[in-house]
Amino acid sequence: MLDVEKEYIKLGLKENEFEKIKGFLKRNPNYLELSIYSVMWSEHCSYKSSRPLLKNFKTTGTYVLQGPGENAGILDIGDNQAIVFKMESHNHPSAVEPYQGAATGIGGIIRDIFAMGARPICSLNSLRFGKIESSQHQKYLFEMVVKGIGDYGNCMGIPTIGGEVYFDKTYEGNCLVNAMSVGIAQQDRLMKSKAFGTGNQLVLMGSSTGRDGIHGATFASDELNEKSEARRPSVQVGDPFMEKVLLEVCLELIEKKLILGLQDMGAAGITSSSVEMASKGNVGLDIDVAKVPLREPSMVPYEIMISESQERMLALIEPSKFAEIKNICNEWNINCEAIGTVTDNGLYRIFKGRELLGEIPVKTLTDEAPVYHHEYEKPKYLQNISDDILQEEDYKKIEKKYSHNEIFKRMIASPNICSKKWVWEQYDHMVQTNTAVLPGHDSSVIRIKNTKKAIAFSCDGNGRYCYLDPFRGALIAVAETSRNLACSGALPIGLTDCLNFGMPEKPGIFWQFKNAIDGIINACETLDIPVISGNVSFYNESFGKAIHPTPVIATAGLIKDVDKIIDSAFKDENDDIVLIGRKINNESVNDNMGGSEFLEVFFEKVSGKCPDIDIEYEKRLQRLCLDLIDGRFIKSAHDVSSGGLAVTIAESCIYGKMGAEINASLLGNNFLKTFYSEPQSQILISCQPENLEKIEKYCIEAKIPFEKIGKVKGTFISINSEIKIGISEITKIFDNNIEKIMTH
Amino acid sequence: MSFDKKPYFGILVFPGTNCETDCFHVLKNILGARCKYVWHKESQVEDINAIVIPGGFSYGDYLRSGAVAKFSPIMSFVRKFASKGGLVIGICNGFQILLEESLLPGAMLRNNTLKFICRYSHLKVTDTDNPFTSGYKSGEIIRMPIRHNEGNYYIDDNGLLEIKENNQVILKYCDSSGKEDASSNPNGSIENIAGICNKKRNIFGLMPHPEACCEKILGSDDGKTIFESMVNNII
Repeated sequence: MLDVEKEYIKLGLKENEFEKIKGFLKRNPNYLELSIYSVMWSEHCSYKSSRPLLKNFKTTGTYVLQGPGENAGILDIGDNQAIVFKMESHNHPSAVEPYQGAATGIGGIIRDIFAMGARPICSLNSLRFGKIESSQHQKYLFEMVVKGIGDYGNCMGIPTIGGEVYFDKTYEGNCLVNAMSVGIAQQDRLMKSKAFGTGNQLVLMGSSTGRDGIHGATFASDELNEKSEARRPSVQVGDPFMEKVLLEVCLELIEKKLILGLQDMGAAGITSSSVEMASKGNVGLDIDVAKVPLREPSMVPYEIMISESQERMLALIEPSKFAEIKNICNEWNINCEAIGTVTDNGLYRIFKGRELLGEIPVKTLTDEAPVYHHEYEKPKYLQNISDDILQEEDYKKIEKKYSHNEIFKRMIASPNICSKKWVWEQYDHMVQTNTAVLPGHDSSVIRIKNTKKAIAFSCDGNGRYCYLDPFRGALIAVAETSRNLACSGALPIGLTDCLNFGMPEKPGIFWQFKNAIDGIINACETLDIPVISGNVSFYNESFGKAIHPTPVIATAGLIKDVDKIIDSAFKDENDDIVLIGRKINNESVNDNMGGSEFLEVFFEKVSGKCPDIDIEYEKRLQRLCLDLIDGRFIKSAHDVSSGGLAVTIAESCIYGKMGAEINASLLGNNFLKTFYSEPQSQILISCQPENLEKIEKYCIEAKIPFEKIGKVKGTFISINSEIKIGISEITKIFDNNIEKIMTH
Repeated sequence: MSFDKKPYFGILVFPGTNCETDCFHVLKNILGARCKYVWHKESQVEDINAIVIPGGFSYGDYLRSGAVAKFSPIMSFVRKFASKGGLVIGICNGFQILLEESLLPGAMLRNNTLKFICRYSHLKVTDTDNPFTSGYKSGEIIRMPIRHNEGNYYIDDNGLLEIKENNQVILKYCDSSGKEDASSNPNGSIENIAGICNKKRNIFGLMPHPEACCEKILGSDDGKTIFESMVNNII
């Protein structure tokens, strides 16, 4: 017999938490019960550090059918249709076993979507690694994560349509793998996960249960260090074929109205999914571990209860429906066993046959789980970051060392700027034949068959900005996703987030977290975008060093008329190129190089002031862009972001396979500041010359500055006569640089 | 057997097939043809006059692609149907299944890039004297997406000679100007072969996905002609 007094620490519980458990049970827990508490009270499952702050998000709005709290959030897109989506992190598993870690991250988030009764229609992901140019290990992580995501999604037949990839030293010891899945459902077929009805049964469907992923949730709630390698067995193994079959079975059961509720089995396996169902329905539950189909017959009850074997779902059913459900599962050759029964005693009881192995009041695992209000304090590093980062001499030095063409090429070649084609060509991004805007543009667009509608998605986060100012950095992330959507003609209607931070017990980290949350709240209220789902990932540290705070935002937008979708590519020779939003007279706003890619490429530092943003102004700009698209006045729109205006121009040229002659007014007479700083709230558009006057009128009305800066022309990009380079040359650098680095 | 006026397509579904709804959408909503899904456990299908074996990962393709699917009961029906001259098209995983079943000659290897490839590719229609590409001009350059792990077509020298002599090579990878060389070959396929038919010309296998490019909004509608050709050759 194990001495539980000694075991609780190994399971990741704190002393006060162990005392609390004894108080709830009025006795010592046995090892099984202790294991159940440890996984349910892990940060990963309980959100014990973040819950008090997340409560403040705006979670309701015109389009919201379901906010946070279910497997995923739901938005109303009209015609009795709904979209269901959520983003989730799988950082730690991917750091120690990148292929399976990433694959099962995708698998998990896809199950969350079909648990709601929705058919998954696309996936996106947000990835961050250390610098791939200088480290074989970072290349390996990057290569295997991409392969893991691709192999899983491709086999499932769900297109991976977009996302983002960043490389920065800060992620060297702790990569970020955030995955998002989106589904579509008929509103009257939506599922919930609440358990109800004494005597109803819980049916386990899908894979057999093995020893993989034991204590995975606890692993996720700890920092990474030299011992992490030993956690590789905590990483689960994915089987996308099983998941594809499970998906079809679940949707068939819903279609035939055979089940009353559905829940994905993710972190903490049977325990977490069944406890959550019971807690939501305020009922008790009896689970019989003897009924669980096992891969290894010698597994003991606690292993069965917390195994994180993948591709399993739990359904609530009336006992009379079991035979029919079993038949359908047999037709598809998957397991189907009734492992639990709903009771009215509020207790979570675990049996093996008739033998009672453990008994815990359900609510003590969920609502009464510990909540921590961590202390916070502005971190010291912020005192050492100066606002004046580059002096005139610094710019001159760079200009002396490199020609403007060289500077431009170096910027385009940066792995953070250049095309991520190497990534998305490994993802099937066209299956289901709905992808109306292929990856690479500001947002990815999925049309909804048999309607005029489309849904657009954009995913963004900037760890550098957030490191310099978590409030503004998070606000910018929301604003940028929303601006990206506006650039394709989509009205933002809801978002999901993945908040990646270090250890919440450190006051400096919690300050970052708190400020980032406030930034998101601020942006969401002004832009009127509700948060409908999300995930918090703490403990993103290695050897005591935290990553840059990295809140990742993914926003969904609604397009009413697919024929009006535009992208960022220049379209026709002689079209006018116009920059809207640039406040020419307010230099302090515009010439900031803080946190920019330029600063990283040429000085290898993260410093300065995070770009300023006026969110009310931003809102007007986005509204204006949507109006211009709706009126069909513009042919392309591209948001100015990482890398600044020069990069934005280059991308529109490269995507359009056309040149441009640019002559923009300089800010402070400084070419580099003008074209490589990263001011917010600017959009580069192109239009037929006939429409120029109309566009100007719209801009004046919206009080948004307007400047015609050039024309689409020829086969060269020429910028203020300083840069002149052929489209084919720059395209080669842009398209191939990642592949070049990866094969080097 | 009597048919309704409209041609009737049977779309096979194995566990792991994932392009069946894409094919269904094109045939029904774009071409106005009739179609139905055929579950792999069925051994007899009435009334259909063409079979589509869509793409996907039948049985997860954990062994060789298509290697398990060929043991499904439906495959003996496909064999019978084809031997009577019925039209059979295998797309991507469907092509791999037809190779495993030896209804088409040759075999599929992993892409020489060792990576899954998803992108548009230019293709040359090298033969139009068959029910699947009769709607194209001979030598026409078209664009279709390719999306596969194992599309590196291989056949031995004698086999290659034979399929060339019999004009069984129907589609070849090329660049926008029609050049077929290593740089326009995405997966290492022998002689840039992307699609072939059998000697009787009623079974067609191809790696590109015509069903994914039948509408302008998706970037190309070059694939539509394949299904239209089939419809026209059924009537």
